[in-house]
Amino acid sequence: MTAETHENATPRGLPDWVWYAGLPLAAIIWWALYSQLIPFSEWVTALFPVDRNSHTGEAIAFFVYDVPKVLLLLTGIVFVTGVLRSWFSPEKTRVILAGKRQIWGYPLGAMLGVFTPFCSCSSVPLFIGFVSAGIPLGVTFSFLIAGPMVGPVGLGLLYGLVGWKIATIYLVFGFTIATVAGLVLGRMGLERYLQDWVRELNTGPVGDLPEERLTLADRLKIGALQVREIVGKVWIWVLVGIGIGAAIHGYVPEEMMLRIMGGEAWWSVPAAVVVGVPMYTNAAGVIPIVEALLGKGAALGTTLAFMMSVIALSLPEMIILKQVLTYRLIAIFIAVVSAGILATGFLFNVIM
Amino acid sequence: MKTVKVYGPGCKRCETAEQMVKDAAQKLGLQVEVEKITDQKSIAMAGVMSTPGIAVDGKLVHTGGLPDAAKLEGWLSA
Repeated sequence: MTAETHENATPRGLPDWVWYAGLPLAAIIWWALYSQLIPFSEWVTALFPVDRNSHTGEAIAFFVYDVPKVLLLLTGIVFVTGVLRSWFSPEKTRVILAGKRQIWGYPLGAMLGVFTPFCSCSSVPLFIGFVSAGIPLGVTFSFLIAGPMVGPVGLGLLYGLVGWKIATIYLVFGFTIATVAGLVLGRMGLERYLQDWVRELNTGPVGDLPEERLTLADRLKIGALQVREIVGKVWIWVLVGIGIGAAIHGYVPEEMMLRIMGGEAWWSVPAAVVVGVPMYTNAAGVIPIVEALLGKGAALGTTLAFMMSVIALSLPEMIILKQVLTYRLIAIFIAVVSAGILATGFLFNVIM
Repeated sequence: MKTVKVYGPGCKRCETAEQMVKDAAQKLGLQVEVEKITDQKSIAMAGVMSTPGIAVDGKLVHTGGLPDAAKLEGWLSA
């Protein structure tokens, strides 16, 4: 810990040219590693004294292919996102959204939710900052739903592990749910269900923060710090998720999957949501499970519903928001978002 | 003597930020009073929407993420 603090406290890090030269170099290394994933994983699998086509062999192959792949993808996505997000901040977003009472405040809120950097530990000050600046409650909700729901990590991994078609479907429907749920919540006039002190709060004019001038090298550095912080934090979720995915891939029989998560079983969609909401993991942990489920023939709608409820609705976040929202408002919030997820699940089970 | 307020509900980054302020003050040989604000209401009232936030003598100088060490020294010695 002390070492880390001191490293951060170095007045100047690497000179700028190292960042500019290092970027293409890192990209080439990344690409070279990524292109060798299949031979690498087959080579590692062959080291185990098991039949490649047995249940265990399949599970091992899945695991050793997915771990380096997900970690590489995660590193790349977090870096690019970190750099892009350095152009955004909650303060700027608030200025853009303040006073946007018209209908397009909702999709705009959802879009900014994807690009604005914020961590769940500052959800409360962010929420208060938005509401007290006159941003409608519904738009604030669109922002808060879209952030995790269509976050770049989930989308990027979905693209890399499952394919662009499903990633696009997820993007479109995740975004639509965030927009429509915000709109519905906004129309319900829920301001009276905020905690009393929040309603009475008036933060007054915002102290104008001097805008920090950043060079491109500074932004690259922000991206690299993000990688260290986020990958350092979520890798354990990734391993657990891939472990579960590997077990499903290797051992769960297809006919059982079809019975439980197939399109025929109408109750599978609400069941997926009920199971998914209390589950708390990073998007990076759930996508490998999604990959394995789809590979075994789980219905797309059911799987989407599961993924959305795991990522977008999490109990820890609700507990944090409890400080500003009453239970009643939290319940309405969960109900509206779940309704959107259920609708998406049923729709895809019917049309696919 | 300068008064520095570090705003944050108590996540790891906020603690690191507080330590960075102390380290920077020590390095510059400045007497600095560091106050940690963890109450959500006070954080929001100060206009901080992404934590950690740092205010020097009542003026907000930084929000969101760890501050740059060189800039931090600049704020403290200004």
